[in-house]
Amino acid sequence: MPRDDGIGASVRRKEDFRFVTGQGSYTDDLNRQGQTYAAFVRSPHAHATLNSVNTSAAAAMDGVVAIFTGQDLLDAEVNGLPCGWQVHSKDGEPMVEPAHPALAQGKVRYVGDAVAVVIAETLGQARAAAEAVEVDYGVLPAVGNMTAAKSGKAQLFEEAPNNQCYDWELGDEAEIDAAMAKAAHVVELPLVNNRLIANPIEPRVAIGDYDTATGEHTLFTTSQNPHVIRLLMGAFVLGLPEHKLRVVAPDVGGGFGTKIFHYAEEAIVTWAAAKVRRPIKWTSDRSEAFMTDAHGRDHETVAKLGLDADGEFLALKVQTDANMGAYLSTFAPAVPTYLYATLLAGQYTTPLVYANVRAWFTNTVPVDAYRGAGRPEATYVIERIVEEAARQIGMDPADLRAKNFISPDAFPYQTPVALEYDSGNYAGTLEMAKQAINYDGFAARQAASKAAGKLRGIGFSAYIEACGIAPSAVVGSLGARAGLYEVANVRVHPTGSVTMHTGTHSHGQGHETTFAQVIAERLGVPIENVDVVHGDTNNIPFGMGTYGSRSLAVGGSALAKALDKVEAKAKKIAAHLMEASDTDVEFKDGQFTIAGTDKSVAFGDVALTAYVPHNFPHDELEPGLEEQAFYDPANFTFPAGCHIAEVEIDPETGTVTLANFVAADDFGNIVNPMIVEGQVHGGIAQGVGQALLEGCVYDEDGQLVTGSYMDYAMPRADNLPNFTVDTQVTPCPHNPLGVKGCGEAGAIAAPAAVMNAVTGALRAAGVTKPIDMPATPSKVWAALHAS
Amino acid sequence: MASVSMTINGKQVSGEVEGRTLLVEFLREHQRLTGTHVGCDTTQCGACTIHMNGEAVKSCTMLAVQADSAEVSTIEGLANGDELHPMQEAFREHHGLQCGFCTPGMIMSATALAKRNPSPSEADVRHWLEGNLCRCTGYHNIVKAVMAGARAMNA
Ligand code: FES
Ligand code: FES
Repeated sequence: MPRDDGIGASVRRKEDFRFVTGQGSYTDDLNRQGQTYAAFVRSPHAHATLNSVNTSAAAAMDGVVAIFTGQDLLDAEVNGLPCGWQVHSKDGEPMVEPAHPALAQGKVRYVGDAVAVVIAETLGQARAAAEAVEVDYGVLPAVGNMTAAKSGKAQLFEEAPNNQCYDWELGDEAEIDAAMAKAAHVVELPLVNNRLIANPIEPRVAIGDYDTATGEHTLFTTSQNPHVIRLLMGAFVLGLPEHKLRVVAPDVGGGFGTKIFHYAEEAIVTWAAAKVRRPIKWTSDRSEAFMTDAHGRDHETVAKLGLDADGEFLALKVQTDANMGAYLSTFAPAVPTYLYATLLAGQYTTPLVYANVRAWFTNTVPVDAYRGAGRPEATYVIERIVEEAARQIGMDPADLRAKNFISPDAFPYQTPVALEYDSGNYAGTLEMAKQAINYDGFAARQAASKAAGKLRGIGFSAYIEACGIAPSAVVGSLGARAGLYEVANVRVHPTGSVTMHTGTHSHGQGHETTFAQVIAERLGVPIENVDVVHGDTNNIPFGMGTYGSRSLAVGGSALAKALDKVEAKAKKIAAHLMEASDTDVEFKDGQFTIAGTDKSVAFGDVALTAYVPHNFPHDELEPGLEEQAFYDPANFTFPAGCHIAEVEIDPETGTVTLANFVAADDFGNIVNPMIVEGQVHGGIAQGVGQALLEGCVYDEDGQLVTGSYMDYAMPRADNLPNFTVDTQVTPCPHNPLGVKGCGEAGAIAAPAAVMNAVTGALRAAGVTKPIDMPATPSKVWAALHAS
Repeated sequence: MASVSMTINGKQVSGEVEGRTLLVEFLREHQRLTGTHVGCDTTQCGACTIHMNGEAVKSCTMLAVQADSAEVSTIEGLANGDELHPMQEAFREHHGLQCGFCTPGMIMSATALAKRNPSPSEADVRHWLEGNLCRCTGYHNIVKAVMAGARAMNA
């Protein structure tokens, strides 16, 4: 009988007790003895020279402890924030990589760019003094979007004369043009992937502390990857050695990508705490979060799909402009290139794919990874143009997809854009989703809507993602400056309880439960006796953190490897106890046995023996039962599936109602179905948000128009329906748990499904010109009334 | 400075605050009741929801002095030791939380709904939670949890 706390069980989460009782420990809940508070002086201008920064009046104010400016950082030889990925242009030149000072030096380049930091006894005093810092700005023309950046109206950096960061390509343009010329149909579609703000409900917080006795620096921060922050900040920005720098990311209230990156505030509180010899706390308010958290997406694309007379895809050509914002954030250059163009084959056998991506600097906050990072943009391009092709050639969109799917027996499948897909069954999830939404009944539902004066549309999105980030050798060859392996440490205690340390980080994903289930299953211990610890560089050997749906696929694989080592050593100890050879020992359900005998010893006895090793054969066996493993994946994993959205539009108001949404996903094996479903729900909500509600707007001159929850429409409970989600299992063939990752699927698939449904409904009303996300009532109404 | 006193989770407390001190600051900073969270500065997210005199209110929208002599309850006051309140139990049972940051506000808001409406429909719950943002769950499981929790509270 399967365990009720093992792999495959919907175990209720171990972490929930503390959260539902208000006992979570988030960064802002922490306070250090003698703590001071930081407030930042931020630029109100999108682009300006810093003529002077006069802090003397502010410094004399009540409670002010210190004020630092960009010049102080320069004098102290504090470096700028590093970028973790290098992309080369098609002419072989490296991307333009301007310095990214933690406090502006010489110029400010976006609204919110930090000019100075005020440290004071209370937050109120810090904020009041920040207002009193006199900054003389020489306001410059600014470029608030990519069109403006290309116009040359303003130039952000001397080294980027046309504001271009890189001009990159993948594939052979001449070959693709030749194939396109022979196609029976060529479908062309311009698409905008709207700029988004991740908006985890917990704003960012950073507390710096310095121990004068030991010289140890500590940073408490709202991060998805404390070791990455320690590496970037310690080695590149502040020049602090790891043994004197501890980074702690305690309970973190959602991340969605925007808490991956190393931010200026982290480096500043860490550095300044040692200067003032007091702890310093900085808590972002929501307005500051809108201005300073890295944003996501922001692509403009023209895609072309060539098909033969039977509807077979011949070639896909994609031209994309991607906004980098004012500086390069940690992962930014990789998002519209290696995490985007390499996915443009989608689930299809399209033999030729070409992408040209140009990245631009603009006077906006940096843009970087947001849930899905590159893969939602790729799915949006493919799935919108495939749906459009079906409409233009008059084929059922499901049939056109099925006709072009990579077949289940074609794996491993080498795509024309660098990746080798490991496994999949795309027809399976398409069918599953069609059944779930009752696709055959759509015509009747559409007729019923029509009778009620409404428009109804249905839209597919057959997505694929590359997850389990990442095989270090592959990403290294693509310009990543670090490997992306993971680490697990399993400590079996003398009485058989277990503490596991993981280098991944949970900020909602439920690792404390999922990883514990794997351990309970493998070691035969009850889940209550297992604790999973993450988030503190002092406890955990190393780790690359959580993003790219990597935690279970990479961190869980490291755990499986460490458990193999625990089992191997435990077998030796059991063999010693049973006076047998370890090769004869079998281990199942927490019992070691010798086949063909009635000898057996329990896991707990083995654990105790490991720590009280009387009579141990010390030449063969060390005391203790603790093992560690690093795991570097052989390949990415490739979760895939099909989501279908059905919408109803009120032509009177332009309001789009999401009538139904179904998801059929293939994440490989699943450890905790309840948690996986929750991840899918959350992703779908963010994808639907992108399609119908959310859009970050800067005006031409770089002023942030959507700077609060009043202007930036977040999905609320009454904007969404219940979702129907189901899974099919095609195990990942190259990791020990056979898992693929589930965290980003919803955000990747949903935008195209919803927009295909919206544009389908509009098309039935005679609107053939597609509209862009978000499909707000005013946009939909205008489209209907223009026709 | 002004002095305030109020009952928080059944305990009489008092303190000296500045006139502009928000109730949520009083709870979090003065009383160290950090279960009540701050997610915005425009009264939009609901992470700070508590009960005052039995009604759900956003504690970021009130001054501490406005709560003088009130009965306040926060997420910390809901469970009975290790025994969860039925709404807390429903959130756990139905996986109505992921990162947990919105959760205290959601639960406080939900218990207020359940007092008015012992058996809310899905639409009732979605409408009621309009003032509480969650970025993690897509609301699906929160809605399930609130419906189940309301029934359990009124069973
Ligand atoms: S913190 Fe009170 S509503 Fe957001
Ligand atoms: S559980 Fe994370 S915001 Fe709701």
